[in-house]
Amino acid sequence: MTLPFEPVTAVLAIPAIAAALLVVLPGYRLTSRLNVLATLLTFLAALSLIFGRPVPGPYLLVDDLNNVFIVLTTFVGFTTSVFSASYIAHELETGRLTPTFLRFYHAMYQVLMFAMNLALMANNIGVMWVAIELATLTTVLMVGIYRTHEALEAAWKYFILGSVGIALALFGTILVYMAALPVTGAGLDAMVWTVLVARAADFDPALLNVAFVFLLLGYGTKVGLAPLHAWLPDAHAEGPTPISAVLSGLLLNVALYALLRFKILLAVNPNAVAPGPLMVTMGLLSLVFASFMLYRRRDIKRMFAYSSIEHMGIITFAFGMGGPLANFAGLLHMTMHSLTKSAIFFAVGHIAQVKGTQRIADMGGLTETNPVLGWGLVLGVVAIAGLPPLGIFMSEFLIVTSTFAREPALAVILVFGILVGFGALFLRLNGIAFGEPRGPTAAAQASYVPMFVHLALVFGAGIYLPPPLVAWFQNVAKLLG
Amino acid sequence: MGELSYDVAHLLAGSLVLVSFMQLYQDRLYALLNIFALHALVLTLSVAWQAYVQEAPHLYVTAGIALVFKAIVIPVALHRIIVKLGIHREIETVVGVGPTMLLGMGLVALSMVVMLRVTTDADPLARQDLAFALSVVLLGLLVMVTRRNAVSQVVGFMSLENGLVLAATGAKGMPLVVEISVAFSILIAFIVIGIFLFRIRERFDSVDIQTLDRFRGERR
Repeated sequence: MTLPFEPVTAVLAIPAIAAALLVVLPGYRLTSRLNVLATLLTFLAALSLIFGRPVPGPYLLVDDLNNVFIVLTTFVGFTTSVFSASYIAHELETGRLTPTFLRFYHAMYQVLMFAMNLALMANNIGVMWVAIELATLTTVLMVGIYRTHEALEAAWKYFILGSVGIALALFGTILVYMAALPVTGAGLDAMVWTVLVARAADFDPALLNVAFVFLLLGYGTKVGLAPLHAWLPDAHAEGPTPISAVLSGLLLNVALYALLRFKILLAVNPNAVAPGPLMVTMGLLSLVFASFMLYRRRDIKRMFAYSSIEHMGIITFAFGMGGPLANFAGLLHMTMHSLTKSAIFFAVGHIAQVKGTQRIADMGGLTETNPVLGWGLVLGVVAIAGLPPLGIFMSEFLIVTSTFAREPALAVILVFGILVGFGALFLRLNGIAFGEPRGPTAAAQASYVPMFVHLALVFGAGIYLPPPLVAWFQNVAKLLG
Repeated sequence: MGELSYDVAHLLAGSLVLVSFMQLYQDRLYALLNIFALHALVLTLSVAWQAYVQEAPHLYVTAGIALVFKAIVIPVALHRIIVKLGIHREIETVVGVGPTMLLGMGLVALSMVVMLRVTTDADPLARQDLAFALSVVLLGLLVMVTRRNAVSQVVGFMSLENGLVLAATGAKGMPLVVEISVAFSILIAFIVIGIFLFRIRERFDSVDIQTLDRFRGERR
């Protein structure tokens, strides 16, 4: 099937052009619509990638693995831009954002989309690194956009930890190049992922091992794995809520994707250390740690940020276990988490605007005062906690059962962590959604569509997964080894 | 030629580690900046030598960036910021000089042990370079964790980054080195010249990270 345009170029060019336009165009209505339109077009272009994929070149590659990520990223990017339009309107009214910063915000949003798409489609480990660096930089700027004490502190912390993370990742990338050098010869080939994976069996295993440790620490910082997660709750809590949604739902995935690429590389080499146990350990550590941290949160966005650490831990654990079933479950969990967590942030963003605060203690009885938002949040939390019949229940169930079959001891820790987190979430939800109404109760000027579209998808996936999707995910799971 | 080129590269990379050590015991911001300029100068020489030895002209661009941007522009800009903010007093270190130096030695030993052991098959020049580069990276990290001041943390990050450039240029024929050094320069330019320091100044009247810590999340 031939398309009238080059989808790979479109996925990269649309956000880039939109970013340039948004820098110069004035006015809130026009720019927020343009923002939505650009993300919609990017999403459509990404969808068309399923039908016609280009031949991998030295810089760009589209295969089954990253196509899942690209479609998910552009989709959540699109719905978040819809949410962002109504969220930002409110921020302008209350004067938290000035028109200049708004222009900056929209341009940065598109740059972030560009950087994430580039990172996902890069066939070159150097380009991938540069793209992830660009994504980090744009999110740092957006986290600090309110210029309050807290926002600046969060941005600074994110910047320093993120920079150290990407610096370590670059060192790991250089080591991979060094390992490839004797086999592929000097030059571009030694950085092209498809070449690397074809010849990785002959690489020096010791060098690859050290490289992976650096990559795991470096990109792991960006995934938010404990103990490298310190930036994540602050960045989520202090930035604009659409950015929290994109950070949790997308950027963490992109960093994880980078790790997965290198994991495949190591899996090909028979003498290299198995990357699985390292990822399993960090995943479980993040899960258990974040679950306990959930109990003492007083800030609603911060609480869901810890929940993201918890779920990234589960996903990393699943990919670390490896094998067709665990990989499938990990992939499904990642997709469901992205959709659910961004839906929750959509609800939380409007709730925080209605209440004028992010303190959990100042919120209460939302299902009475703002029924749509309140029940949306309840549904989201029910989904994220992993109750049947929603999508996350299914993926968690698959991860737990496949782990029980292979490593029962690890499964016990896994279930323990999930249950602890489950308890914490419902404890807080009870106060926020039910009981005596607390705080201002004005109606929200919200766009509920993105939130309910996400929740409907999660609900639908829990009941019925279309066979082509299952076949696709199974194929990717095989690719991940 | 082979013997000489190896010795010179070795000397320059070793000097970079030495200058990294000098950063550890500086207790004045001006002095720290001067040492950083020296660090960047040594890096420039080292990269230029690699460009010459490997006959890779594009590496001269990286050397040029290191010279103009890191050895001149950034130190001068930071110098001005320090004057403007009036923070040219002592750097508050978290750990004393003695323990820091000991830690630094430990880190260098660690990177030698790790890198030399795993790169037995690699070209001896690249091997040494990589081991030194890792030492510089770890020492840069050490500067970052032992300082509380935002400016000195940036200096620590930049010397860490110099270590990465050393590693990238030492890896023979590595593509994208120039692009990566440009990307890093943009990253640094973003913080140093711009937004963060000015904003932090504007809002806090201080670039001391401890002041920032007071506003941490849960307390409000």
